[in-house]
Amino acid sequence: MSLTNEQLERYSRHIILKQVGGKGQEKILSGKVLVIGTGGLGAPAAMYLAAAGVGTIGLVDFDVVDLSNLQRQIIHQTQDVGKAKVDSGRETIAAMNPDVKVHTYNELVTAANIKDIIRDQDYDFILDGTDNFPAKFLINDACVLSEKPFSHAGIIRFQGQTMTYVPGEGPCYRCVFKEPPPKDAVPTCRQAGVLGVMGGILGTLQATEALKYLLGVGELLTGHLLTYDALSMTFRKVRLPRNENCAVCGKHPSITELFDYEQPTCDLRNTGAR
Amino acid sequence: MSISANEFIDITDVTCPITFVKTKVALEDMEDGQILEVHLNDGEPVQNVPRSLKDEGHKVLDLIKKSDGTYTLFVEKHDS
Repeated sequence: MSLTNEQLERYSRHIILKQVGGKGQEKILSGKVLVIGTGGLGAPAAMYLAAAGVGTIGLVDFDVVDLSNLQRQIIHQTQDVGKAKVDSGRETIAAMNPDVKVHTYNELVTAANIKDIIRDQDYDFILDGTDNFPAKFLINDACVLSEKPFSHAGIIRFQGQTMTYVPGEGPCYRCVFKEPPPKDAVPTCRQAGVLGVMGGILGTLQATEALKYLLGVGELLTGHLLTYDALSMTFRKVRLPRNENCAVCGKHPSITELFDYEQPTCDLRNTGAR
Repeated sequence: MSISANEFIDITDVTCPITFVKTKVALEDMEDGQILEVHLNDGEPVQNVPRSLKDEGHKVLDLIKKSDGTYTLFVEKHDS
């Protein structure tokens, strides 16, 4: 692949970077990132990945754009209300950067389809931008079993957290959190609220990890959980050990096939959770 | 003493920072120790391009002012 004059100009601020250069930009352009959930986290993440020139972006979402999404899901516009989120996302990316090929999956990720979605374009890196524990554990288990790296993140109120899993390096999400909390023990952001910018901060951190992974530069958030509290403006980076007895990535895993945790049906009927 | 270059690039038709971007990308495709000849304009390019190349670890061998006011730069590639 050789960069066109237009690409040299579009990505000049990347290419100037010692850690990127023309070769690094070519890695980004041939990179394939799957963004699961095009909501608070996935919207800004997908936009920055598209602007950066990630050549193949997959968007997964079963939902349609709701007016209450627009306070934070910046890939969607007022005129998109009622439209499938993946279609709205694809249109925004197409207008932003013609170098990006977008693949859309207008469905809920489940044990039955997630491996096929990951395999569809043999994605290099997966970004978890979902808003519920069943999906987060499913994405973790699917990435561990498919040997794919992924970025986890969650946001609520004025708080957020993120960590990165790379096969063979450091803990997976289940090493740390083991099981979803009991239903209703933790409110969703629809019940609890979330400051709109939280998705921007955590989602762009996830996009940063995806780009670093594609470039092979720097240190990823493997073996660490980064937490952010917007009210006190505090970032904390907590070291996390791998759990040798982890049910999915441990020495003797009990989870060898994917399964779905039960999702409260109301969470699926109503829109606007993410 | 004249320097014989392995590759040549003309960046008089572009402005900063594309001047450096094109030079950098040209060097990426070359072997360590090979020499690139760059044709560049006076002003910003001649001030910035040699400095940026040095910052990346390459060796600026010579900068020659031509009769038409433009410059010829010889840079040796060094991976760092």
